Order: sequence, then C-alpha cells, then structure tokens
Amino acid sequence: MDELIRRQLQITACHVRMGIIEGVYNAKSGHPGGSLSIADLLTYLYSVMYVDPKNPDMPDRDRLVLSKGHTAPALYSVLAERGFFSKEELKSLRHIGALLQGHPCIHIPGVDMSSGSLGQGISAACGMALSGKHRNENYHVYAVLGDGEIQEGQVWEAAMFAAHYGLDNLTVIVDNNGLQIDGKVTEVCSPEPITDKFAAFGWHVITMNAHDFDDIERAFREAESVTGQPVAIIQRSVKGKGVSFMENQVGWHGTAPNQEQYQQAMAELTAELNRLEALA
Amino acid sequence: MSETIKKATRESYGEALVALGEKYENLVVLDADLAAATKTGMFKKAFPDRFYDCGIAEANMMGVAAGLATTGMIPFASSFAMFAAGRAFEIVRNSIGYPHLNVKIGATHAGISVGEDGATHQCCEDIALMRTIPGMVILNPADDVEAKAAVEAAILYDGPVYCRFGRLAVPVINNNPDYHFEIGKGITLRDGKDLTLVATGLMVNEALQAANMLAEKGISARVLNIHTIKPLDTELITAAAKETGCLVTCEEHSIIGGLGSAVAECTAETCPVPVYRVGVKDMYGYSGPAVQLLKEFGLCAENIAAVAAEAYAKKNG
Repeated sequence: MDELIRRQLQITACHVRMGIIEGVYNAKSGHPGGSLSIADLLTYLYSVMYVDPKNPDMPDRDRLVLSKGHTAPALYSVLAERGFFSKEELKSLRHIGALLQGHPCIHIPGVDMSSGSLGQGISAACGMALSGKHRNENYHVYAVLGDGEIQEGQVWEAAMFAAHYGLDNLTVIVDNNGLQIDGKVTEVCSPEPITDKFAAFGWHVITMNAHDFDDIERAFREAESVTGQPVAIIQRSVKGKGVSFMENQVGWHGTAPNQEQYQQAMAELTAELNRLEALA
Repeated sequence: MSETIKKATRESYGEALVALGEKYENLVVLDADLAAATKTGMFKKAFPDRFYDCGIAEANMMGVAAGLATTGMIPFASSFAMFAAGRAFEIVRNSIGYPHLNVKIGATHAGISVGEDGATHQCCEDIALMRTIPGMVILNPADDVEAKAAVEAAILYDGPVYCRFGRLAVPVINNNPDYHFEIGKGITLRDGKDLTLVATGLMVNEALQAANMLAEKGISARVLNIHTIKPLDTELITAAAKETGCLVTCEEHSIIGGLGSAVAECTAETCPVPVYRVGVKDMYGYSGPAVQLLKEFGLCAENIAAVAAEAYAKKNG
C-alpha cells in the first residue's frame, strides 16, 4: 500500500475512534469495545466502496450491513467522516429524537439495513447480493459479523444459502476479537474453528490482521479475485483497539466511559493523531 | 350454484403469482422447501429464474426477502403460517417490519384446517403475532376471488403485508361482478339489524350460512367480511355495533389476539357492545380430517348460529 494512503487511512481511523468515544460517552451507554475493533475495517471499506454521501440511496452503490449492529458507533463515525451527516450528530447518539439510534436504522443516511438483532444482517446482505446477481448489477455487498454473533443459527442458514447461490458479490467479515458479553467466545460457547466452518459451508476463507491496512488491502484484493463463491474474511482483531485501558477487556463490551475515562481515551487518541500527522 | 365451486386459497395464491408474474417484473418468490404445498411451485414452473428456494430455513428466508426488498424487488416469502409467522417472527419484526420493507409474506396452511398433520402445524396464533408488528398489513381472504385480489393488492401496496391462505378447499362466494377488494375496507355481505356476524377467512362462508339459519329463527343478522385484519375497518365495525348492538366474531384462529380481539379492542373504545368470539379457544388442535375438525372446534355455521342466537337472547333479556 502506498505510504501516503496508509497514513491517511490511519489518520481517518483515529478520527473514527474519537467519534466512537465521543458518541458513546455522550450517550452514557453503548458498545465501545466492538466498535473500536472494526474501526480500521470500516475506515478501509468506506474508502474503497462505491458510495456517494450526496446520494446515499444510489441504486448501484456498494452496500454494507453491520450485522453486529451494536457496534453502530463505528459505522456512524465512519459515515460522518465520509460526509453522510454532520459529525455533530455523534454527540446526540441514543438521545431522544436523535438521528442516530442505538442500533443501525435504515432511515439514517448511508445505513443500508436496520440491524442489531444478531444473526439477521447476513441474511439481508444475502438478499441484496442475490438481487445484484438477479439483475446483473455490479455492486458488492459487505456484511460485518461478530465472532459471538455467529453462534446464532441463522448465520449458518445464510452461509448455506450464499454458497448455494454462488454469491461472489458478497463478502462477510467476521470480527474475531475473541470476546463477547459473558466472556471469551471460546469459553461461552465456542464458535471455533471459524475458518473451517465457513470453508465447510463452501466459502472462500481469508484471515487478516484487522489493524494493519496493508494486510486489510491484501485480504480484500484476494476477496475481489474470487468467483463463484462468497468470501469470508476472518479478521483477527483487538476488542477496544486504540484505547489502552479498553483493549482486550470484556468489560468494555457495553459500557460507556465516565468523564475521566473519556478524557484519558481522547488524550490517547489525540496523541496518536498528532503522531500520525507529524509523520505525514 | 356458486357453493359447488370449491378451491383452497393456497391454490389461488399460486395461480395469482403466475398470473401477476408477467405484469410485475420485480416480483420474485421465495420458499422454504414447501413449494409443492404452498403452491409457489406453480410460479417456479412459470418463472424458474425468479424463484429461489431457501431450503428449510425460514429465518434466513425472511432476511433474504428483506435484503431483496431494499433493492426494489418485490419478494413473496412463502411457507406455512406456523413457520412464516411463528418460527421467523423475530426476523419478520426486526428485518422486515422495523425497516418497513416491501416484503410480502405468503403464509399458507393457516388454522386447524391443516387437518391430519395436527397441532404442530395448525397455526392459530399467526394473526395475533403479526398484529403486534407496527405497520404490518394482514390480509385473510375468504375465497379464491378474494385471495387473488389480495395478492395483487399486496403487490400494489408499498410495505410489509402478511397474506394468510388455507389448505382446505372452500366455496367460492365472491364471484360476482360487483366484487371489489380494497385493503382495510370490510365488505357488508348481508344486511341485518339484530346482530352482526363479523367474519374473516373461511369463516365468512360459514357466517353467511349461519345468517340463513338465524333468519329461519326470525333473527336478522348482518354479515361483514373482514378480509383485512390490519388496518381494521373500524368505521364499518363501529357502525355495526351502533346499529345492531351485538357482535359475533368468526375466525379460524385463536380467540386470543385475532379478529375477535381486534374487534373487541375497537368497539371497547368506539361503541361498547357485547362481543362474542367464535374461534379456537385457548387450546391446541389435533389430527383429523379438516372439515370434521372445523366442526369439532365450533368453526362452523351451526355453532356460529347457536352462539349468535344465545347472544341475541341475552341482548333482549
């Protein structure tokens, strides 16, 4: 990856992380851990997806379904960075009358599907991809799932369906941060081996480092080259990535930072931003 | 006589899909391994490239339908009522209802007239479940004519629609030139002043027969065909309550949460009058021939007439 592009993605991802913290802090609730673990992924995807903030409903746009809908702050923050709506909206996340609902809502500009009840987004993504195939449209559909989420049986119904219909215009990304509300996914009710499961369902499986843009680009380039079958990218990620005290802590799955924690998180992210900008 | 012509509304559903497939190019049909029974197999044969079998996976099927709808397609997702409304309820609620997507649910084999398959497949809860979903339209046609009209009305309506069809062949009662179907508009099939039989689905014909029996006893019964459970025609029902002072609801569904509940909820606010509910009591069905089962459960003209006669006696007592 070009040095300049990598640096810009890192800077954007840092802004996205600040938006996540801003949103969850002001909401006094929400899910920072899993939002931070997909911040780099969504930053990358929305830099390559064919979307237009001025025309969010463009029929031939690429689509993204955040099946792990509780990490909406990440999606909202990326969409705000891309100009789908004002970054100010992040401060009223989850407030009464606010645009930004606790979980993604299709009526929000840039949000392609309501989601949040786990296991459902991947099916909707299958429907979008099937429609694209049916009508010979060229758009691509992405669905982002949690590694805990794939405990839902519906995910495997969808996995079977996507492979059966050869939906190579569908890429599923499983955010494998290893933690869910009740603890480690492997201790709660293990979904492992995740790669083998998707492979057995007829998917092309790729693993990637969720916090390395070069590796992210490599993974999606490989995904693009696959024909005749859907692609599952298992991204090895760190829950809470980018905020030291949140990293790999299951407690930060669904807890908002208090004022002191908010300030520390923002100070860390600001320092990182300054470092990146100095390099650029 | 029209009574001699019988057809199951699931057949009408299949035929309507085929007939409308040409007219509406965005129409696609999904099924969950029941195409032969739901009759979507007819559409599959006519339009093989617009039919997608999802296998025995109703939850995913509803989600796929939702995704298709976001792109401007008009999907009919088909299965038995038990699985479409029951098993997939939460997907219908969150992936179709909440985003208010243009998905049509074709639910066949509703009610106890499923017959021999028994309680696991006799869904008497689907209307209750679907009614609680904001923005969901519920159509429960009475016969072949109405079922076909309902399918096209569902296509023309922009939003989620639950269409309820039956397995049992039922008499065609709406084959007259004046017949007109409009979502949310009930039909007065017979006027009357002493009480009103408010019926839906295959119970409409039973209510008409009951009205004849009541007439022989000197009781004048109005008969309303409520093909749309939601949005309910509250004007027509309120007028019936005001003008006849007593309502008997007739449905092949649990008396909890279905038409009877909807009517009682309506009149409790607009014109409180006695409402008697003929339907499946708080119980499961069991195996047996459909027609016999309907009689066992009181879903027949004789029982409607008996309940209505008693209601009339109380009203004048």
